[in-house]
Amino acid sequence: MHISQLSNLPSKPVLGVESSCDETGVAILRWVPEAPGSGLLAHALYSQVKLHADYGGVVPELASRDHVRKLLPLVREALAQAGMTPADLGGVAYTAGPGLVGALLVGAAAARAMAWALDVPAIGVHHMEGHLLAPLLEADPPKPPFVALLVSGGHSMLVEVAAIGRYRILGDTLDDAAGEAFDKTAKLMGLPYPGGPALAKLAEQGRAGAFRFSRPMTDRPGLDFSFSGLKTQVLLAWQQSDQSEQTRADVARGFEEAIVDTLVIKCRRALEATGTGRLVIAGGVGANKRLRETLAAAGQQDGFRTYFPRLQFCTDNGAMIALAGAIRLAAGQGQDEAVRVAPRWDLQGLQPV
Amino acid sequence: MRDAGRFACGVREFRTMNLLAIETSTEACSIALVHGQQVFARSELAPRRHAELALPMADALLAEAGLGRHALDAIAVGRGPGAFTGVRLGVALAQGMALALDRPVVPVSSLAALALEALEDEAAILAVIDARMGEIYAACYRRDGNGGLVVLDDERVCRPDALVLPEADVWNVVGSGWASYADVLRGHLTGGLRQADGDRYPQARHVAELAVREYQAGRAVAPEQALPVYLRDKVALTLAEQGRATP
Repeated sequence: MHISQLSNLPSKPVLGVESSCDETGVAILRWVPEAPGSGLLAHALYSQVKLHADYGGVVPELASRDHVRKLLPLVREALAQAGMTPADLGGVAYTAGPGLVGALLVGAAAARAMAWALDVPAIGVHHMEGHLLAPLLEADPPKPPFVALLVSGGHSMLVEVAAIGRYRILGDTLDDAAGEAFDKTAKLMGLPYPGGPALAKLAEQGRAGAFRFSRPMTDRPGLDFSFSGLKTQVLLAWQQSDQSEQTRADVARGFEEAIVDTLVIKCRRALEATGTGRLVIAGGVGANKRLRETLAAAGQQDGFRTYFPRLQFCTDNGAMIALAGAIRLAAGQGQDEAVRVAPRWDLQGLQPV
Repeated sequence: MRDAGRFACGVREFRTMNLLAIETSTEACSIALVHGQQVFARSELAPRRHAELALPMADALLAEAGLGRHALDAIAVGRGPGAFTGVRLGVALAQGMALALDRPVVPVSSLAALALEALEDEAAILAVIDARMGEIYAACYRRDGNGGLVVLDDERVCRPDALVLPEADVWNVVGSGWASYADVLRGHLTGGLRQADGDRYPQARHVAELAVREYQAGRAVAPEQALPVYLRDKVALTLAEQGRATP
């Protein structure tokens, strides 16, 4: 082959491994800069939600134990989907943090060891960078600069993405994350764990205006969130109500509207403050239907564009880790052979690409 | 198992066999490489640094033996019991390597590896690891005179005062469990005590020795079937057990 053809060769696929909490995710992605989604060759996911439901929340030790059982079968599944053997891989990416340290370690160790055995580069990926970049897997991907709303069970953040790898946190939660507020409120109202999605479903039957809760921290400037007080308001309203099925749905609707309105108000402020016209929504709460609809409507009204990952890439997954890792590996970044994980890790300290 | 034929190993293969062993289930982080009749090993008492040290150690051993990673025939691992995180680290490393190289894994009891730290004599061996939370991991062995072990009493987790030992004339006791509970454990010994060393840890070179025999006996497994053995399996209370009704 003539050397001039080499630059046209597609880069070798990267295996991505996610194990920071209660989902084990594996994906294989070839980095295609102009259309990243077209390079996604396989993705497989196992959710531990049922395992933890009996305990009322994620039990870290049980999560770690499940990752070590499920990870390799998922790697096999992804390789089979892509029609590949490990030798076809050109790199390995794994979530190195933030997250549950024991859970992170399982994915990091297995992934780093695979890269070691194959003698290919490895990269530890920041879990939130994975979420931030997940919308790049869709058709018509957003180009930086953009603002990202990251809302999940563990995070509620507004992030300015100046370029891939250059992140500034505009606002963060002072207490509960948005997803956590959903889950805790659902629990107060007697819904089984994890109650967030059930609460959102229930809210669909709720009547508009039956209950109105405050929009926390929207009455002052700033982009931080606080959802802990809202939970208490809901509890009081629920305790003082007739606790009928309709009331349960009405309260759920009032709660969901309060969260969604708060998020939308802060997103508008963030877009205004940064002068950006693109808003990316990521994280598990990004799957919330009302949030998606309300933000899309706000965008039409204000003239900003919204970018949502498909539902399965809103929640934790291996595809976003393969993507973030592939981008960094393509930029020549990589990790030595020490397996390192960081339960806490500042998104703003990442190396630019 | 389905792939047993592929993993079976004849005498000729054994002579040239290359096996990498990982043991990270206790305070010691160690890696060993069997290359034919030679054993190369590294070990360090390095609590909390196992994840950092393991792969560089493996590299150093391969370089010492002049071997490439693809020359490995199998990966062995001390699959516990021990510290949960350490056990999982070793197993995950072994799984990842073996899957990538398309080789089997030989899981070995970390207590059995620890037992090979005892004197080479006819005494009964109590291998005992401090399991924290007021408990120990323990198992009893005797050397088989051929470099291997005979199990006298299976591995278990229990309170030190609840340990029941088989009859034996003389004992060698090794492991951190002795350092923590010497007085209680001494009371359980029926015969004499020849060796008592609380400063011994499972080592990869012993994992490797046991693994070569297991491999020859056809007991290597596919990487995804190599799983940790924790012994302590009750690690959290369900909502029902916490005395609250599940909604």
